Amino acid sequence: MNQVVFENTFDGLLTSVFEIYAQKLVDVDLIPEGNDCELFFRKKVRVATDLEKSRRVQDQIIKYLGKNGLKSLWKATLTETPTIGQTIFEVIRYMLQRKTNVLADFGNPSVLTLHEALKKLSRERHRMTAFVRFQRASDGTYCAIISPDFDVLPIIADHFKSRYADQKWMIFDTKRKYGIYYDLKEVYPVELNQPSADLTPSGSCITLDESEEGFQNLWKSYFKATNIASRRNIKLHLQHVPKRYWKYLTEKAKD
Amino acid sequence: MNWDRVKEKLEILADAAKYDVSCSSSGSKRKNPDKMLGDSSGMGICHTYTEDGRCVSLLKILLTNHCIYDCLYCVSRKSNDIKRAAFTVDEVIDLTIGFYRRNYIEGLFLSSGIFKNADYTMERLVRIAKKLREEHRFNGYIHLKTIPGASNELMRQAGAYADRLSVNMELPTVSGLKLLAPEKDHKEMIKPMESIKNDIIQFRSERKLIKSTPKFAPAGQSSQLIIGATNESDLEVIQTSTSLYKNFNLKRVYYSGYVPVLAHQNLPQLGTPVPLVRENRLYQTDWLMRFYQFDASEIVNEKHPNLDLEIDPKLSWALRNREFFPVDIQTADLHAILRIPGVGVKSAKKIIAARRFGRLDMKTLKKFGIAINRAKYFMVAGKNKPLVEWESDNLRRLILQHSSSKYRGNFSNQLSLFS
Repeated sequence: MNQVVFENTFDGLLTSVFEIYAQKLVDVDLIPEGNDCELFFRKKVRVATDLEKSRRVQDQIIKYLGKNGLKSLWKATLTETPTIGQTIFEVIRYMLQRKTNVLADFGNPSVLTLHEALKKLSRERHRMTAFVRFQRASDGTYCAIISPDFDVLPIIADHFKSRYADQKWMIFDTKRKYGIYYDLKEVYPVELNQPSADLTPSGSCITLDESEEGFQNLWKSYFKATNIASRRNIKLHLQHVPKRYWKYLTEKAKD
Repeated sequence: MNWDRVKEKLEILADAAKYDVSCSSSGSKRKNPDKMLGDSSGMGICHTYTEDGRCVSLLKILLTNHCIYDCLYCVSRKSNDIKRAAFTVDEVIDLTIGFYRRNYIEGLFLSSGIFKNADYTMERLVRIAKKLREEHRFNGYIHLKTIPGASNELMRQAGAYADRLSVNMELPTVSGLKLLAPEKDHKEMIKPMESIKNDIIQFRSERKLIKSTPKFAPAGQSSQLIIGATNESDLEVIQTSTSLYKNFNLKRVYYSGYVPVLAHQNLPQLGTPVPLVRENRLYQTDWLMRFYQFDASEIVNEKHPNLDLEIDPKLSWALRNREFFPVDIQTADLHAILRIPGVGVKSAKKIIAARRFGRLDMKTLKKFGIAINRAKYFMVAGKNKPLVEWESDNLRRLILQHSSSKYRGNFSNQLSLFS
C-alpha cells in the first residue's frame, strides 16, 4: 500500500496522478495534505505540484472526457471531501483503461461516487443562488454573508455577475474566510480585514443604508402574508429550507 | 416610501394573491449584456419556501383586491367583507426593484381584481411592466395575469413586456363556472388564450426571419384550475387541461386545491380539508403526460374517471396493464423504462447511458435513485424476480404494506367529500 500525499489543489491532485503513473505505483491511497497520518509498513510519497505535469494529465482527460469532463472533475474538488482525490484518481484510471468517456458509466462505483459528489455540489450551488440575502450598505454596495457546506463561491460568481451587473456587491464565505466582490466590471476574490479602497472600512459592510431595515421588514411581512395556514406543511418546509441556512435568511430572522 | 402604509397594503394584497399557485420563474432566457438589472437563465430559482412548503420565487401580489365580480370561490369577491387596498404604480415598482436587488425574488407576478372594467385594469398592469422595463431597465422575470375581456391590443402590449402571461380558467367545467361564477362566460375566458397563442406563434415566426423582432411572452402562457370547489371528476379536470395544452400551447396548467373561505350552499363546507392528495395526484398525472410519454386516456377514462388516491397514477396504470411487464432494463427502450413504477426521467436516462458499459444490478439501480420498493415487481434486472404471476389486487396490497404515504392521515375524510 502506497500513500500519496498531494498539495490540496486541483493541480496538486493531477500532479500526483501523473507521478503515480510515472513511478508505476500500485495500490495507492491519495490523500490531501493535512489529512495524512503516520502509518507503519506503508510507503509515503509527498508530491510537489508541477503545473506542466498537471497539464499533461489534463490533456488526457480532455481527450476522453472533453472540456466539460475536466471541469466536472475540478468542480468535484470543491466539495472538499478528503476522499474526493482518490475518487477522481479512480475515475481517471478507469478512463485510461476503457479509453472512452466513462462519465456515462453510472454503474461504475467511482463514477457514481463522483456524480453523487457533483450532485451535492450542484444542490449547494443552487441553494446559494437562492439563499444569498444582500443588505444594502450606506455606500450602495450590496453585501451578503454565507457559510455553505462546500466551497461554492467560484461557481456562483458568474451567476451574480450577470444578474446584478448594475450594482456593486460582495458575498463573503465565513467558513472559508474569503469573499467575492464585484466592482461593476469584474469579480475579485477578497479577504476580510484587508483594507481596499472600494470597500467600506475593515473590508466588510457595516453601516447599512437607511432603506435597508424598511425593505427587510416588508420582506418579512410578505413572507408571512403569502403563506396559506390551512396548507401548513412544516416537514416539506424544512426539507426545502434546512435549519442550518436560517441564520442568514432575512425572512427567518427574529423580529 | 411610506413604510407603514406600504406594509399594510402588502399584507392585504399578498394575502389576496396567494391562492394563485403559479410561482414558476422558468422558461425565459434573458441574458444581460448591457448591464441592466437582472437576467434569467431559463431555470427558475425558489428563493425561499413558506411554512406550507410552497416555493417563493416571485413577488406575487394583486394591484388591488377591489373587484366588480362576485365569484363564489374567490376571497376578493365583491360581497366579501374584507379590507380592500390598492397599490400605486410606483409602489409596485419600488417593491419589485428593492426585493430583486436583495436577491429575495426572481421577479414580479402581478394580478389584480377587476376595477371599473377589464381594459382599465389591464392597462394599469401593462403600465407597471412597461415602466419596469423601460425606465428602470429591469431585466428580471415578469408574469402578468391577463384580464378576460381586455382588448387584444393591450394583451399584445402585455406580451411585449412580460415573460409569461396567464389566464386562469379557475373552474374545470362549464357547469362549475355557471354555478360559482355566473357573471363570467366560459367563451370570454378562452378568448384571450387564443389571442395570446396566435401572437406568440406570429412573433416566433417573424423572429425566425428577422432577428430584431422583439420577444413576445418568451415563457409562454399558463393557467390554473381550482380542484374540489365543485364536484368535477378527475377525468373532467384532465380533459380540460389536455385541451388547454393542446389548443393553446400552454406551458403549464396549475391545480389549486380549493381552500374553503366561504359558507355557501354551492360550496364544500367550511373546515373541509384542502384536497392535497388529489392535487398531488393530478400533478403526477400532468407530469406523466408531459414528461413520461403517457396519453391522458391511459390514466383516466370513462372506466376509471378518478385517480387512485392511495397509489400514484403510474403505479395505478401499471397494475391495470400487467401484460406490459416485466420490462428488461438491459434491452427495453426509453419509452418502456419510463413506464416502470418508481423510475423517474433522470434514472431512466442513467439506465440507458450506463447499460452500454455492462449489466446493471439492483444495488446500482437503487443508487440511481429508483424507488426499488415499487420498481422491483415490474422489471428484470440483475437477480431480481418480478412478481409476474401475482394478481394485481394482491400486488397492490403488498406494495402498500411496504410503503408509507406521507398523506396517510388525509385519506379517510377526503374520499367521502361528495358521496
